[in-house]
Amino acid sequence: MNTTKPDDPQRVSGLRPQFWGQRNGSLSSEKHSLNLRRLWKTTVLIMTVVSLAPLVVMTAVDYTVTQNSVESELVLRTSRIVSNTKRAVEFSLLERLAALDFIVQDNRLQMLTDCARLEAILDHLRLSLGGFVDLGVIDSSGQQLCYVGPYDLSGVDYSDQDWFRSVRDQGMHISDVFPGFRRVPHLVIAARHELPGGDFYVLRTSLEAEFFNTLLSDLELSGNGDAFIVNSEGTLQTSSRMHGGVLDTIDLGVPEYSDSTRVYETRTRDGRAILIGYAYIPETPFVLMIVKQKAVLMGPWRATRRQLIGFLALSISAIMVVILAVTTYLVNKIHWADLRRMATLHQVEYTNKMISLGRLGAGVAHEINNPLAIINEKTGLLKDLFTYTDRYTDDPKLMGIVNSILASVKRCSEVTRRLLNFARNTDGETTPVDLAATVTEVLGFMGKEAEYRSIQVEVDIDQNLPTLETNCGRLQQILLNLINNAFAAVDNGGHIRISVRPSTADSITIQVEDNGCGMTEHELTRIFEPFYTTRRSRGGTGLGLSITYSLAQELGGSIDVESEPGKGTQFRVTLPLVKERKRGSVDEGTAG
Amino acid sequence: MKVLLVDDEEELVTALAERLSFRGIDADWSTSGSHALELAEAQAYDVAVLDVKMPNISGIELKKRLEKTRPDMKYIFLTGHGSEEDFWAGSAEASQYLVKPLDIEMLIETMRQVVQK
Repeated sequence: MNTTKPDDPQRVSGLRPQFWGQRNGSLSSEKHSLNLRRLWKTTVLIMTVVSLAPLVVMTAVDYTVTQNSVESELVLRTSRIVSNTKRAVEFSLLERLAALDFIVQDNRLQMLTDCARLEAILDHLRLSLGGFVDLGVIDSSGQQLCYVGPYDLSGVDYSDQDWFRSVRDQGMHISDVFPGFRRVPHLVIAARHELPGGDFYVLRTSLEAEFFNTLLSDLELSGNGDAFIVNSEGTLQTSSRMHGGVLDTIDLGVPEYSDSTRVYETRTRDGRAILIGYAYIPETPFVLMIVKQKAVLMGPWRATRRQLIGFLALSISAIMVVILAVTTYLVNKIHWADLRRMATLHQVEYTNKMISLGRLGAGVAHEINNPLAIINEKTGLLKDLFTYTDRYTDDPKLMGIVNSILASVKRCSEVTRRLLNFARNTDGETTPVDLAATVTEVLGFMGKEAEYRSIQVEVDIDQNLPTLETNCGRLQQILLNLINNAFAAVDNGGHIRISVRPSTADSITIQVEDNGCGMTEHELTRIFEPFYTTRRSRGGTGLGLSITYSLAQELGGSIDVESEPGKGTQFRVTLPLVKERKRGSVDEGTAG
Repeated sequence: MKVLLVDDEEELVTALAERLSFRGIDADWSTSGSHALELAEAQAYDVAVLDVKMPNISGIELKKRLEKTRPDMKYIFLTGHGSEEDFWAGSAEASQYLVKPLDIEMLIETMRQVVQK
C-alpha cells in the first residue's frame, strides 16, 4: 500500500531534485514567477565559469612557463657542455701543433734529418702528450727526408697530395680522419718551417683517431647523450654510440656553419625528437656534435606534468561536486519556499473568501429570517385559530396544509441557521467541540447527494472521546473537504466510513475512508501541492487538499494518507486535544 | 403572566400577541421603542420580548431604558441576524436569546423559566 507523509518535502526521486519536474501545468505560470530549472542551470554555469576559469588559466600558464623553463634549461646545459668539449678538443689539437712548432724551433733541419734524433723526439712526444704514431720530415719538393714510425715510408713523395699543398700554402694543416695507407683511422698534423734563403721544410706527424675518442668518452651526458666529431662532409671522425662507427656517414646531416655554439631541436628519421648541440672547431675540418634524446630529457617534466594535470582534474571534480550540491540544495530551498509562499497566499485568499461568504450568508439569512418569522407566526396563528375555535379542527386537509407550511418554514430556518453558524465560525476562536455534532452537521450538507447516489455513509465515533478544544469552523472545513473528496472518489453505491478515535493521550485521529478509485504513488506524493488535481476536467481546483493540509497544521495537527489504486483511500487527520496557541496562520507565513 | 412584545415588524408582533393570548398569556405589543416605554410606564410586565435590531432605539438600548422604569422586569431578546456581536451582546444582557423564526411553545417555555428565576 502506498503511503506518504507531506511532512517530508525534501523527498527526491533518485538523484533528480523535485523542482526539476515542475511544470506549468501543476503550478500556474503567472503565479510561479521563477523558472527554477533555468535558475539552476544559470547558477551552475556562472559558478563553474567563475571558479574554474582562473584555475584553468593559472594551470595553463604554469604549465607553459614550467615547460619553457625546463626546455631552456636543457638547451643551456647542452650548449655549455658542447662549448666546454669544443675547447678541450681544440686545445688538445693546438697542443700537438705547438709541440711540432717547439720541435722545429728547438732543432735545426740537420738534426731532424738524423733519424735517431727524430726517433728520440717521437718517443718523448708519445710519453709526454700521447697519441703520436709517427713523425716525418719532408722537404719543400715533397720528398720525405726522414721518417720514424711503424711503417716503411722513407722516401715517399707527397708533393701531389692535398695536405702537402695545404701546408705549403697556409703554414699548417690538420687533416680529416682517414684510413690512409695503413687502414687505421688516423689524422695528420703538419707544420711548415721557413729556412733562411726562402726554402722551407715540413714536419708531419700522424695521430691515432682514438685520441679524440678518449676526449669524448669521459663526458657524462644526460638523456642518452651521444658526443662525436664529424667533418664537413658528415663523416664520423670518432666512433659514436648511436650514429655509426669511425668513417661512417651520419644520418643527421651536417649542421650549418656557425662561429659560436648552437643548440637546435629536430627529429630523427624514425620520428624521435632530439636535441642537437654543435660547434665548429676553428682551423680544423671538425664539427663537434652532442645529440640527446628529448623524450629521456623530458622524463622528470612528464612526472611534474602528470601531477599538475592530476591536481587540476581533482580540483575541477571537487569544485563541480560542491557547485552542484550547493546549487541544488539552494534551488530546492527556493522551490519549497515558493510552494509554501503560494500555499500561504491561497490559504489567505481562501480565508478571505470564506469570510466574505460568511458575511453574504449572514446577510441573506437575516433578510430571509424576518419574512420567514412572519410566515411562521401567521401560519401559527392560522393553526391556532383552527385549533382553539374548534371550527376546522376536524378538517384534516386544512390542518395538513398548515402543518406542511410550518414544516417548510422549519426547513428554511434550518438553512438560515446553518448559514449563520458558518458565518460565526470563520474567525479563529478555540472552543470545546462536540465532534459527533460537527460530523453530523457537515454530513447534513452532503445528505441529499448521498441519497441520490445511494452512497452508504457510516459514522463511527468513540463514545468515550475526551473533550476536543479546537476551532470549530476550521474543523468543519477539514471534514467538509475530506468528505467531499471521498464523495468524488466513490462510484454510485459506494461506501464511506468516518471514524474518530483517540490516538494518543492528548490527541485524536479522524479517519475518512472510501472504497473509491484510489491514487497512484506518484499522485500521492503531490496531492498536498497547491493546484495539483486529478479532477481538473471535472472542475477540481487543486486547492482542497492543500488548504486542508494548512488547516490541519493551523490546528496544530497533521494529515497523512494511504491509498491503493482501485481499492480506496484513507485520510487520517490527527489533532491535539488542545490547540497550541502559538501555532497559527502568522507562523505559516514565514515561508513567503 | 403579562408580556410586552416589541418588534418593528407589526405583522410579526400582532400575530405573536394573538397566538399568546390563545394560550392564556396576556401580551401587549409595540412596534417602536418609544411606544414600548410608554406602555411600560403605564403598567408593569413580567417579561419583555425585544427584537435586537430596531430602527431608532435598538433592543439593547431599549432594555437599558426599561430597566430604569421597571427594575424587576425580565428580558428575552429576539434576533433574525445572529451576528457575532448580537449573540455576545444578547447573551450578556438578556436572560435568554432566541433566533427567529420562533417556535411558539419554546417561547412560552422560555418565558416561564425566566419568570421563575
